[in-house]
Amino acid sequence: MSNTIRTLTGFERRSKDDVARLVARDIDDGAFVNLGIGQPTLVANFIPEGKEIVLHSENGILGMGPAPAAGDEDYDLINAGKQPVTLLDGGAFFHHADSFAMMRGGHIDICVLGAYEVALNGDLANWSTGAPDTIPAVGGAMDLAIGAKQTWVMMDLFTREGRSKLVPQCTYPITGLGCVKRIYSDLCVITLGGKLPVASDLVGGLTLGILSEILGTKLAAARTLSFEALS
Amino acid sequence: MINKITESIEAALRGVTDGATVLIGGFGTAGIPEELVEGLIATSVRDLTIVTNNAGNGDTGLAALLKARRVERLICSFPRSADSYIFADLYRRGKIKLELVPQGNLAERIRAAGAGIGAFFTPTGYGTLLAEGKETREINGRRYVLEYPIHGDLALIKAERGDRWGNLVYRKAARNFGPVMATAARMTVATVYEVAALGEIDPEMVVTPGIFVNHVVRIPRKATRAGEFKAVA
Repeated sequence: MSNTIRTLTGFERRSKDDVARLVARDIDDGAFVNLGIGQPTLVANFIPEGKEIVLHSENGILGMGPAPAAGDEDYDLINAGKQPVTLLDGGAFFHHADSFAMMRGGHIDICVLGAYEVALNGDLANWSTGAPDTIPAVGGAMDLAIGAKQTWVMMDLFTREGRSKLVPQCTYPITGLGCVKRIYSDLCVITLGGKLPVASDLVGGLTLGILSEILGTKLAAARTLSFEALS
Repeated sequence: MINKITESIEAALRGVTDGATVLIGGFGTAGIPEELVEGLIATSVRDLTIVTNNAGNGDTGLAALLKARRVERLICSFPRSADSYIFADLYRRGKIKLELVPQGNLAERIRAAGAGIGAFFTPTGYGTLLAEGKETREINGRRYVLEYPIHGDLALIKAERGDRWGNLVYRKAARNFGPVMATAARMTVATVYEVAALGEIDPEMVVTPGIFVNHVVRIPRKATRAGEFKAVA
């Protein structure tokens, strides 16, 4: 384990903003997207100009815009994290059953979620650590995980203790089975669903061989392995 | 003549009994029918089952109802917030039952109740702790969990505007659970900030048709308020 930590410190980890830039780069123009609470909300700050992406919020909003200016907060217009937001022209309000039909019925193109662990087969664990004294809460995580056309995860690839969060089998309680398509991490992007996980966008100095070794799993190379300059 | 405009919350809530299942609208700061929850506290009903998304905040509203030990069971998707300490304390001491439901299942089970559906299969939760012990089925190669409707004896919802037939419109994301809950209870009570004359609400804009509503009570308008909703582990 201490070896792993030493190995990891040899690379410059990508900032959370840079990870969000990568996610934004990969979202197609015209996509309907749900960004989960926490790190995924950063993606909204990096949507490239010229791309029109419609953000969905589980509490009944399509066309969600950025936070309002100080003093303009309207607490009838909040996101899933209960923070005040705005509505873009073309946006719409709807009730909860319709909102979740958009997820559960496969109408949302991409949801981006945080995770405690992702298994090699795409199982996702992100709703509970299973710690005995915590109050259990699930919100919309299970609906999003299995309902969106694609589920992407944003997370650090390793825990602070140096343990990989991409695991053969989830040890935390499952949110959804086989649902994760891509992992955007501080070290690379990993695409699941093929014979082998496919790695791309590796940080400088990181090679497929080293990544494979520290993750303890075979990996396939994507066409582009380098972290391209992002504008 | 139909007149669902009711002069007081007290009058609207007459007839609520012990052991009732009460659906309460709201998500975060938006759409919580605070005045109706206070009205429920003012009655003496107890042993309630409360169906709502969050578990109350601070010491008011749902939190006050919980603190008064009037709730036997909470059916809820996200009971963990920084200031949901009254629920947290009761839960940790085993003084309240919790049925944790994925939010989409919560909405759909309520919708199913309102639509007369006996049960439905959904992929949400399959293979998770929240589906343990539930009937499952593979349909066209996909795996589903059987979920049952949630009927309410009473629904408490907050709308923006209503008329004497009970037609309602909402404001922004304060709509959330209101329209589905209104369909799923034997009695639905809505507060509004404005009472409109019949015909004044554009029929194309009606969100909840009056058939689903029993009482409309006008309350004084309040500014929207921030809440402390930072999630804690």
